[in-house]
Amino acid sequence: METMNHAGFIVASYAAATIVVVALIAWVMLDFRAQRRNLAELEARGVTRRSVPSQGGRTMEQAREDA
Amino acid sequence: MPVTDLANPTRFLALANRLIPWLGALTLIVFAYGIDRAMLAPDDYQQGATVKIMFLHVPSAWLGMLGWGVMTVAALGTLVWRHPLADVAAKAAAPIGAAFTLLCLVTGSLWGRPEWGTYWVWDARLTSELILLLLYLGVIAVWRTVEDPSRAARAVAVLTLVGAVDLPIIKFSVDWWNTLHQGSSVFRLGGSTIDPSILMPLFVMAIAFTLLFVTLQLAAMRNEILRRRVRTLRLMQASAVS
Amino acid sequence: MNPLAAILIRDMRIAIRVGGGALMGVLFFLVVVTLVPFAVGPDLALLKRIGPAILWLAALLASLLALDRLFTADHEDGSLDLILMGRAPLELVVAMKGIAHWLTTGLPLIIAAPLIGLFLNLDPPAEAALALTLLVGTPALTFIGMIGAAIAVTLRRGGLLLAVIVLPLTVPVLIFGVAAANAAVVGPVPFGTPFTILCALTLASIVVGPFAAAAALRQEME
Repeated sequence: METMNHAGFIVASYAAATIVVVALIAWVMLDFRAQRRNLAELEARGVTRRSVPSQGGRTMEQAREDA
Repeated sequence: MPVTDLANPTRFLALANRLIPWLGALTLIVFAYGIDRAMLAPDDYQQGATVKIMFLHVPSAWLGMLGWGVMTVAALGTLVWRHPLADVAAKAAAPIGAAFTLLCLVTGSLWGRPEWGTYWVWDARLTSELILLLLYLGVIAVWRTVEDPSRAARAVAVLTLVGAVDLPIIKFSVDWWNTLHQGSSVFRLGGSTIDPSILMPLFVMAIAFTLLFVTLQLAAMRNEILRRRVRTLRLMQASAVS
Repeated sequence: MNPLAAILIRDMRIAIRVGGGALMGVLFFLVVVTLVPFAVGPDLALLKRIGPAILWLAALLASLLALDRLFTADHEDGSLDLILMGRAPLELVVAMKGIAHWLTTGLPLIIAAPLIGLFLNLDPPAEAALALTLLVGTPALTFIGMIGAAIAVTLRRGGLLLAVIVLPLTVPVLIFGVAAANAAVVGPVPFGTPFTILCALTLASIVVGPFAAAAALRQEME
């Protein structure tokens, strides 16, 4: 088997891997920025999690609401 | 800090914020070492240089299955223990696992063309891996279609547990059926059949990819927690106006 | 903003958002094609021969799935009543919705088809011919399909009725689409003959579809 014309497939594989990894990293980073922007925007409008008075300790439901 | 405190999303965020930069740096270092080793690895006596595709293809396959494994554990967390972070973990893992499953299929296809003469064949190993990709895409479709994240989480949890049956099928497909895809050569009884000079870079790359997965998973979970906070605040805002 | 442009953009936005059919159609397309080797066996030579036909069938079914939402969603939240009462001609509004449907459902299918053709062992010439026939033929599927969607709009579980009405109407498109895709590879008929007929079918449907759908909507909504 000649290895010469196989180089294209090897290059394509590493290119595909790079694209996938870069896309995943970009997705995670851009989503992070978008959510932080949303939260800042809501805070600027005065909507915070403390705006609803809490009756003491947090239940699992409230913890899930936090999440 | 006990593990149970991680159940608190705020604590989790604090932990994630600290860990992610370090994990990211570590991932980069191990990748650099792994790729260096992979490039210097000798050619296979039969396949020549195309064996270098294995350093991408095999770790991608493992990560695709690891992703579904994470989702399965998360599904149990959702259904059995109602753990608040289980939903978040499941939703975060899906696109990551799907991406690596896709990469596995693509690199496998590019490896198959010079090796077998065809980009694709419907043998048991390839087909079950393609089914895994379809299962991932189905789960992602449910996450995107159902409005309420908690309801979506329960539906996805059931789907994940049912779909988990594909994982042993993928693993043992080369033993149970007559496949074009080669048989197990890394994890098998009697030890690996791959020469150490190629096996070692493979393990380094596998570790690098796994670190990448963990980093991405933590970052995606962080994003999901923030996204749910945004949603809660927006709902609060909407009901306050009315 | 021009009301027609507004309808177009609105429909596209809805389709891309949560629950929208934009990528769901492609996923369904992929699933159907994956099912075929389980049914007919994995023989690659056979799959190559029937490949274009399978891809056309799958594209037809995927387009059909998304048609259900064309008018029913608007009917359920009342926007359809507003559209009917508006000043923009209903035929044009319906045509805009059709264009939005094709852009978000048909176009992704056309882009996905060559990649999925690899699973069926298609050669590059077959892939190219197939993509071209889909490009020209999928608008016909949308514009013929909207007639059935309009007829079935007031029915809550109208999905199956929609399929029963629409599928026979789309048979000519299917025939000439597959014929053109095969002609490019097998011959002896030159590609141009079935292809131009396919073009004619699409152009006719772009005119007839909106008129028929508008008429049906007016009937149903009274």
